Amino acid sequence: MSDTAIDPRYGTKPPKRPLRLSWGDERVRGIVYQILVVGIVGSIAYWLFSNTMHNLEVRRIATGWGFLEREAGLPIAEFLIPYDPTDTYLRALQVGVLNTLKVAVIGIVLATILGTILGVLKLSKNWLVSRVVGAYIEIVRDLPLLLQLLFWYALLQGLPGPRQAIHPATGVFLSNRGLKLPFFEWEGPHNWALLLMLIGAVGTYFYRRAARAKQMADGQPRAIWPAATVMMLVVPLGAWYAMGAPFTPDIPALRGFNFQGGLTVSPEFFALLLGLTLYTAGFIAEIVRAGILSVSQGQWEAAEALGLPRGRVMNLVVLPQALRVIIPPMTSQFLNITKNSSLAVAIGYQDIVSIANTTLNQTGQAIEGIAIIMVVYLTISLSISLFMNWYNSKIALVER
Amino acid sequence: MIDTIRARGQLLCGVSTGLAGFAQPNSQGVWAGFDVDYCRAVAIAIFGTEQNRVRYVPTTAQVRFTALQSGEVDMLSRNTTWTLSRDTSLGLDFTATNFYDGQGFMVKRSLGVTAARQLDGATICVQPGTTTEQNLADWARSVRVNIRPVVIERLEDNIAAYLAGRCDAYTTDVSGLAASRSAQQVPADHVILPDVISKEPLGVLVRHGDQRFADLVRWVHFGLLAAEEFGITAENAAGLATTDNRPEVQRILGRTGGLGQMMGVDNAWMLNVIRTLGNYGEISTRNLAPLGLQRGPNALWTTPGGLQYAPPFR
Ligand SMILES: N[C@@H](CCC(=O)N[C@@H](CS)C(=O)NCC(=O)O)C(=O)O
Repeated sequence: MSDTAIDPRYGTKPPKRPLRLSWGDERVRGIVYQILVVGIVGSIAYWLFSNTMHNLEVRRIATGWGFLEREAGLPIAEFLIPYDPTDTYLRALQVGVLNTLKVAVIGIVLATILGTILGVLKLSKNWLVSRVVGAYIEIVRDLPLLLQLLFWYALLQGLPGPRQAIHPATGVFLSNRGLKLPFFEWEGPHNWALLLMLIGAVGTYFYRRAARAKQMADGQPRAIWPAATVMMLVVPLGAWYAMGAPFTPDIPALRGFNFQGGLTVSPEFFALLLGLTLYTAGFIAEIVRAGILSVSQGQWEAAEALGLPRGRVMNLVVLPQALRVIIPPMTSQFLNITKNSSLAVAIGYQDIVSIANTTLNQTGQAIEGIAIIMVVYLTISLSISLFMNWYNSKIALVER
Repeated sequence: MIDTIRARGQLLCGVSTGLAGFAQPNSQGVWAGFDVDYCRAVAIAIFGTEQNRVRYVPTTAQVRFTALQSGEVDMLSRNTTWTLSRDTSLGLDFTATNFYDGQGFMVKRSLGVTAARQLDGATICVQPGTTTEQNLADWARSVRVNIRPVVIERLEDNIAAYLAGRCDAYTTDVSGLAASRSAQQVPADHVILPDVISKEPLGVLVRHGDQRFADLVRWVHFGLLAAEEFGITAENAAGLATTDNRPEVQRILGRTGGLGQMMGVDNAWMLNVIRTLGNYGEISTRNLAPLGLQRGPNALWTTPGGLQYAPPFR
């Protein structure tokens, strides 16, 4: 492989000809044109900016970022970090960003899993299965997402009230207030255990790489699971035990108007997640199907001739090759999930758009508010793109 | 601004997306309501008639200020509360309070709640971008009641969530509660709790910087009040314009004084408005009495408890 060696052609510079200060010199003209273009674009930008600032000033519309420090006074229903209406707008916006990330990340994972399964099923030899999946894909892709979200939200609101909640197991309640699940009180040692588990996961990854490398060298397969269990389970559990093994169950129970305690999946979050997942899975299914079809029939036949069963042919031979066709369009689906999550405002899930809109309404600072929304989406989208590009180049290189 | 509107031939008026008694299109698509009548009144003052002279732009609570700031509408007549921060930092001006209101709660009768304090632990539906959501948070904090908000942008989705039982209570201005309640199949199934947790002086807004237009909108409101005070109605306005010899009535109806000219419109501006729409009391009775709303603080100052007061027309 030569990707680390520098191509000798790039090592030497072309011979430099001295600049002639004349219009006849192509390079001089080039430089002048470039300065002109940059200058014009720069002055237009400056004019737009100062004009806007001037107009805002004339119309007495507040500007600046001072509002971020002021008390928000907004009620927010769901938050991943502690939040109270007496907190600042900045805090409220952070809560919004995390809410967006929460639904986007979980949505991406679920839509990918569901979409892949559907894409494979659509190619099934079973007439009924492929037709049913085909119809599903057609329907979810043709109906506007907003309509689907409102549909799921209305459906979840149609569940019985808290007093008549569906109650399949201890501490599990399904009602129009959402899904309630038993949990336990989260304390300091749990944070440590979780951290150790994450470190263990990273450790397992490197352990696996090392094991693979050795297998390449001597052909001996090595079991990963004993080390994985120790790193991801035994060590965290041991640490938790050593720290006093705190465990207080937190079982939801109906008190007054509502359930208290336990974990809550709100109807707003659930409807949004469901809508985004089912909708995007339809598109992902088509991408996966196209990817699989792009792998030539010969590959199937060759693998089957080796005696591999169909399922393994798919997993070991076809999908890895299909991935190269699948990844690039997949990136845009992931971006779509993130951007579409802004429809949340229609069904009362307080994502960054909802909170930034309210902020700009309350403070009157529309330009700042929109700028915040843009920066947040740009950052998330670029991160997804960068990650997917990295992943794409990684799988593209595994060619021997 | 008045010239711009005249040149355009139409007044662009921001109203709510549909609130019975305040702004709602009827079955023929014709907008009607208290807030709508203010759009019509200003259009009549400028054009002498309202026929095809108003374009209604429905706005949610969330987008209303941006719509006015950006020039999408000329004025906002949309149950909007006058607050200090809105008056100073939005680049907008409130003209006058045309409806004194306050925030309340509505619950289903079957819930058995009779006072707001009993809502501890309840889930409450509320629209974002309103004073309502901020008051709710303030109130919960000051009376130490725990509430869970459900914040949905569109009014009708909010009501749907409340009706479906997603929320135990719905909160907004009492007038808005009465409007939504009256639109239900069985209004008596819903109770508006007696507690009023805030002051909500509602009024018409215009963009900051055009004082002439602001003056006109403000004085149209005062004209409606003065008409009620002097007993000028839709029916008798034309007659009084020639026969009444009370000096202030003559000035309001444009026979003397040239008040319209001072504002940049025809001297018959208020005569035309009252002839078409009636006075403040008539507008109020036509639109709000069906909701079961009492005049209360919105009675004229001459009635005990009334706050509506017009400065002199001279
Ligand atoms: N007065 C409050 C609340 C105004 C408000 O938006 N009220 C709601 C509920 S009554 C409304 O009118 N919604 C109508 C709509 O969204 O179209 C404010 O100015 O913030």
